Amino acid sequence: MEIAVASGKGGTGKTTISLSLTTYYRDKGFKVALLDCDVEEPNANLFLNAEISEKTDCKIPLPKVDNSLCTGCGKCDDLCEYSAIVLIKGKPLVLPEMCHSCGGCALICPEKAITEVDRIIGIVEKSEKDGIKFAGGRLNIGEVLAPPLIDNVKGNYPDEEIRILDSPPGTSCPVIESVKNADFLLLVAEPTPFGLNDLKLAAGMGDALGLPSAVVINKGGENDHIIKEFCESVGLPVIDSIPDNRAVAEKYSRGDCISIIKENYSDKLEKIAEYISIKCRRSGQND
Amino acid sequence: MIKELVIISGKGGTGKTSISGSFAALSENKVMADCDVDAADLHIILDHTVLSDESFSTSRKAVLTPELCIECGKCLELCRFDAITENFRIKQLSCEGCGVCAAFCPAGAIKMVDHESGRWFVSDTPKGPLVHACLGMAEGNSGKLVALLRKKAREIAEEKGYELIIVDGSPGTGCPVIASVTGASYLLIVTEPTVSGLHDLKRALELAAHFRVKSGVCVNRADINSEMASEIEKYCKETGISFLGTIPYDKDVTSAQIEGKPVVDHSDGAASQSIKVLWNKVLNEISE
Repeated sequence: MEIAVASGKGGTGKTTISLSLTTYYRDKGFKVALLDCDVEEPNANLFLNAEISEKTDCKIPLPKVDNSLCTGCGKCDDLCEYSAIVLIKGKPLVLPEMCHSCGGCALICPEKAITEVDRIIGIVEKSEKDGIKFAGGRLNIGEVLAPPLIDNVKGNYPDEEIRILDSPPGTSCPVIESVKNADFLLLVAEPTPFGLNDLKLAAGMGDALGLPSAVVINKGGENDHIIKEFCESVGLPVIDSIPDNRAVAEKYSRGDCISIIKENYSDKLEKIAEYISIKCRRSGQND
Repeated sequence: MIKELVIISGKGGTGKTSISGSFAALSENKVMADCDVDAADLHIILDHTVLSDESFSTSRKAVLTPELCIECGKCLELCRFDAITENFRIKQLSCEGCGVCAAFCPAGAIKMVDHESGRWFVSDTPKGPLVHACLGMAEGNSGKLVALLRKKAREIAEEKGYELIIVDGSPGTGCPVIASVTGASYLLIVTEPTVSGLHDLKRALELAAHFRVKSGVCVNRADINSEMASEIEKYCKETGISFLGTIPYDKDVTSAQIEGKPVVDHSDGAASQSIKVLWNKVLNEISE
């Protein structure tokens, strides 16, 4: 079972909830993997603190032009939708940051002057600690495209019983890449107007992808109604609310958010996990 | 010369938008641009009235005509984005719009069609013009939309003779962030005193160095962990980065948001006072 934790808004507690659920399932005896899909700001392992045992470059194909074969016909330039290969003074120039690695230019070149070479955009880090398998990505600074690296991260530990995906914020391509094949989308929302606006976007994304989803309110309290009213109006279940707690924030700041959540909110984690397993079983039956 | 102040953070949820909104209230003769096009929130605290609403479409998507499809499987074989199903349907959310399937379909059954990636707006607010956008669900091209917003903001500033643009950026270091920071005059990096805040601050500073943009740092909710806040300050001093101050945790920030106002307009509490001090420092930095 693959559970994606996402939010729309940043800083709502995705990583905290992802880690808490990971340790919850581990404690229940499941084989569990935590996959940090926020490759722009990889934070999960700052809290898990697992020693990285394996680092692999993430490579994507980039076109390379052999100018001695190129006749300057411009078919590559015509085909490329991203302006990543442009004809300048009759010869194609490749702009690596614009390239989406679709391979079209190499296919279309009538002279076979274009081949593809590897380009490194980041690394995948792996490790294992206390029965938790971990993989995360680290996008090189200056690189634009996170999705291929996210795809690499997700390729790890395919056979674990539970795979928790800690997604990046937002709703655009890196988030879609992270959550698209999940069995369940857990949306972490904070009860503020910004939190609500961004939850609406994230919920819309879950809908568009057809993912069973539900909300957990984090930093909850007197303003929970902001989120609950919206969720009720669109039929999005709110599983529970984890109260705003300065002690949690202080512990988080030092890199420990798990122990305190476990101590204080294990009943809530239980409720979240139960809810997800029931929902996933049901949607499995519907298939 | 028009100065462009861009507010980023690395980590999400550190307070970029609350600070940007307050800067909007504290400054005069400027244009605001909300370049967090994935999750735009600045308009919520700026009492905006939309003046223009336009479609943004720089991308195309593959559209297959089933009647023409001969089910040869070429598209499935060539697509690198897993955007074509076994029974030859195009998964719109996975299609990257590369056009390879259309170019190589022997039956001419696939066409590339213009596709709306989002909408962008010019709004009027009591604090001045605001350019913002709403990127469609699951859209790429956020970088192009950011570039468009910055261009529009600049046009408005030129037209009105304003010399400042305040850009509210997005979290991360990828596509929309890079499009926000390239060519900017100054980057304010808003962080928080947490292990993740510090980690992501370092990545944001690397990004600033990579694109050679001058930057300064402030720590929001500094009293959550004063030791960590001091560590960040020390780190900035050691690495020659301007440290512009701290903002304490203050519940007024949330109540201001609920009221739909920048916090400096809502109350004169601890956060508001610190943001005013911060604004003066930022002004000094950008006029240097």
